[in-house]
Amino acid sequence: MSNRPKGIVMRALKSMLAVLWFPAASAFAEPEHPFLSPTNIFAPASTPAYSIFDLSLFVLEVTAAIFLVVFSLLAYVVVKFRKKAVSDGREPAQVYGSTQLELAWTVIPILIVVTLFLAAARVIASIQNAARPSNAIEVTVIGHQFWWEYRYPSLKVVTANELHVPVSDPAHPTPTFLTLLSADTDHSFWVPRLAGKTDLIPNHPNSMWIDPHETGLYLGQCAQYCGTQHAKMLLRVYVDSRDDFDRWIQEQRQPAHLSDVASQGRHIFEITACINCHAVAGTVANGRFGPDLTHLMSRQTIASGVAKNTIGNLIAWIYKPDVFKPGCEMPSMGLSVQQSAAVAAYLVTLR
Amino acid sequence: MSTESIAWRAPQAAARPLVDKLHEWVTTVDHKRLGILYITYALFFLIIGGIEATVLRIQLIRPHNHFVPPQVFNRMFTMHGTTMIFFVAMPVLFGFANYLVPLMIGARDMAFPRLNAFSFWMTAFGGLLLYFSLLGANGLYGAGNAPDVGWFAYAPLTSLAFSPGHSTDYWTLSLLVSGFGSIGTAINIIATILCMRCPGMTLEKMPLLAWLNLVMAGLVILAVSPLTAAQIMLLIDRYLGGHFFDTQAGGSAVMWMHFFWVFGHPEVYVLVIPAFAFASEIIPVFSRKAIFGYPVMVAATICIGFIGMSVWAHHMFTVGMSSSANTFFVLSTMAIAVPTGIKIFNWLATMWGGQIDFKTPMLFCVAFLFQFLIAGLTGIMLGSAPFDWQLGNSYFVVAHFHYVIVGGILFTLFGAFYYWFPKMSGRMYNEKLGRLHFWLFIIGFHLTFDFMHIPGILGMPRRIYTYEPGRGWDVWNLIVTIGVVFQAAGVLVFIGNLLWSYFRGELAGSDPWDAWTLEWSTSSPPPAYNFGSIPTVRSRRPLWDLKHPDDPDWKYE
Ligand code: HEC
Ligand SMILES: [Cu+2]
Ligand SMILES: [Cu+2]
Repeated sequence: MSNRPKGIVMRALKSMLAVLWFPAASAFAEPEHPFLSPTNIFAPASTPAYSIFDLSLFVLEVTAAIFLVVFSLLAYVVVKFRKKAVSDGREPAQVYGSTQLELAWTVIPILIVVTLFLAAARVIASIQNAARPSNAIEVTVIGHQFWWEYRYPSLKVVTANELHVPVSDPAHPTPTFLTLLSADTDHSFWVPRLAGKTDLIPNHPNSMWIDPHETGLYLGQCAQYCGTQHAKMLLRVYVDSRDDFDRWIQEQRQPAHLSDVASQGRHIFEITACINCHAVAGTVANGRFGPDLTHLMSRQTIASGVAKNTIGNLIAWIYKPDVFKPGCEMPSMGLSVQQSAAVAAYLVTLR
Repeated sequence: MSTESIAWRAPQAAARPLVDKLHEWVTTVDHKRLGILYITYALFFLIIGGIEATVLRIQLIRPHNHFVPPQVFNRMFTMHGTTMIFFVAMPVLFGFANYLVPLMIGARDMAFPRLNAFSFWMTAFGGLLLYFSLLGANGLYGAGNAPDVGWFAYAPLTSLAFSPGHSTDYWTLSLLVSGFGSIGTAINIIATILCMRCPGMTLEKMPLLAWLNLVMAGLVILAVSPLTAAQIMLLIDRYLGGHFFDTQAGGSAVMWMHFFWVFGHPEVYVLVIPAFAFASEIIPVFSRKAIFGYPVMVAATICIGFIGMSVWAHHMFTVGMSSSANTFFVLSTMAIAVPTGIKIFNWLATMWGGQIDFKTPMLFCVAFLFQFLIAGLTGIMLGSAPFDWQLGNSYFVVAHFHYVIVGGILFTLFGAFYYWFPKMSGRMYNEKLGRLHFWLFIIGFHLTFDFMHIPGILGMPRRIYTYEPGRGWDVWNLIVTIGVVFQAAGVLVFIGNLLWSYFRGELAGSDPWDAWTLEWSTSSPPPAYNFGSIPTVRSRRPLWDLKHPDDPDWKYE
């Protein structure tokens, strides 16, 4: 028992060094991703993303056609009408305009514009005015500088940074409707494979919906500049099978699993300001400024996806959050590495 | 018409001390000198803004790069955007308008010379105020810093709670002050064009450049006023306990967005219409043909001005507007493509059947046509609201608007520099260096901004100081950064060319391009007060009439 914290300390120091000297080392393997990128807007996996994808293909075709026509004209003009090497010094014939031509290139574009407009209007209506079925899952997403809070009001679950939703069978859709709020500045929820982005604006509730067709992990990140660590406000959406999802909900509804394995760490946690910012259900910790830690270990990452949820990273984070996210809203509490390790040892019991 | 140009020159000034000359420049109310002041000032800030862009690109060259800390990166993109729009693009275009409008309409100066000087110095002071934030922003707290709220400074990031210290105040004040300068210049341009045209020059005989600047000036008044109002509200919020944008006390963040973009979108046209103006003067001269469809060109410009005032919320498709509002703004945004398309076709028709001479100014204008076409087409994609829900605020948008501002506006501006440099300095630029500049810059431009679209499509948001590996963004960001090297080299060649030619270039004579508008009828550089006797004109191309007495334009117009 006595040499365990030491091992932890070493690992923590190593992982801090890794982060400091080899920045890329803090990255970790992401899931197999489709064509080019896990955040490719052209690899849709949910109805809103599909309808946007179809519309974009149409827009791309039309614009490509326009490009070809105008570009060929330009290329032709540039090649055909260059000044001859020997010229007779006479000016070319002066043409002042042509009503027919100008009418043509007014009317044709108007027709194109009307077509494009109607196509867009249809998709806007189909996404924004979609009916909310009674079996839809409701999640309230609250953007914070620089992390995500998720609340499932009817299921009585509060969690952070990793959103879980059930897969939706296109034949019997179980979409998830997100209510988007912000606790501070503007943010934007963007998981390209699931839907377009919608902003989270304080005092201005928004909503959006997704109905992922396949299980798996979908990535994204905050897409509205929200301050210093905007870049590291990553999004992770886990699409679970219905059974997995129900099981996950059951677990999340439990109060914290408490044991006395790490009573020293728990003590430090509870006499430090940690509890003013973090909640651990069933203990004195009931802060709401930072992520809920009741089931911290059910998450694969910490600090909105910037680091793997390992004990080493937890120690490093508690010791000095700036190592991962310089300028983030969690202060370094001035704990020693040993104390941080003890607190981390407590946190890893929060399954 | 009478256009005896006078070869009168100021008595040799060699004997006067430098201080005297500087004093003359500082106290000048001459439209040509103020024009040159605007232009040099803008070139200076172009270099600063360019250095800031370079810092951004070095930081993004690979994932998890540690070139600058996040705070510095955020300041750099805020300063880069603010500088390039307010202290490069606007002043340089105002500079050209100042220099050219009176000359092209046969006037001796702007309508209000002293307002002109006042406006320039307000703009200049605004830029200094912005950069003084580097020293002064945090006052007694220690070293200063620069604004870091982004160039559109969305509320509530700008409130005292999220932006303590004074950096946001410097940002606000600098735009407020330079905004007054812009409005002053706009009023001046309108008054000059409406009241100072030479005999015979009715509105429909004005050079297109004058028409386009008239529309631009109107837009400046309509667009800059709401921005100024918003800045005042922000100051009230920050210092007098107001709650306009203070969401913690019931204010509205969305209202700031509306105020900002009601300025921000027309601003695009404030910048691009003068670029159209340059193209509309340069393309005819180097194709040796009259502009095709002058009345339609004017109508299309006015149309763009009007529609341009009603499209602002296409910058806000993701903020949760109702589906009907989104639909309306899709329609108005796409409608703009029609008059803009007309312009492109009319320029093509102007070149059709001409004898195109690919001197440097024309090279830049042809590249502009090509790039502006692409910028317009990516604009249509972004204007299609659902597509924008994916592309908005991503690197695709960054690529799109740089295509407009660099590929469109900056390219024509370079063309304008080479075209009017002989008039302004009296000397020819070096054609070889001009071409070198063109090729370096166009290669750099396409490396940077073509490839920048791709990470946007692959989900990379803008304004992130670093990114995760494994997203498929790395390679594109590397290429984008490499392009910067070529662009920077191009700009160096450009500035070298201007300096070298100013001292060593061949004498240009009054009309090196065999052109047709009035500025070429007076000496290069033009004397104080421009014309010995005020010219009289009968057509849109007075010098054509003079050169072709047998076949003058006024017979056909
Ligand atoms: C001033 C409020 C505050 C205090 C005090 C604070 N935290 Fe935090 N904590 C935060 C915030 C805010 C975040 C989210 C940071 C981010 O991701 O940008 C966070 C994140 C975390 C996380 C990662 C959670 C996750 O799921 O990503 C852990 C673990 C954590 N804090 C532990 C602690 C411990 C242990 C203490 C006491 C030593 C502590 N915090 C004190 C505000 C605080
Ligand atoms: Cu955010
Ligand atoms: Cu716009």
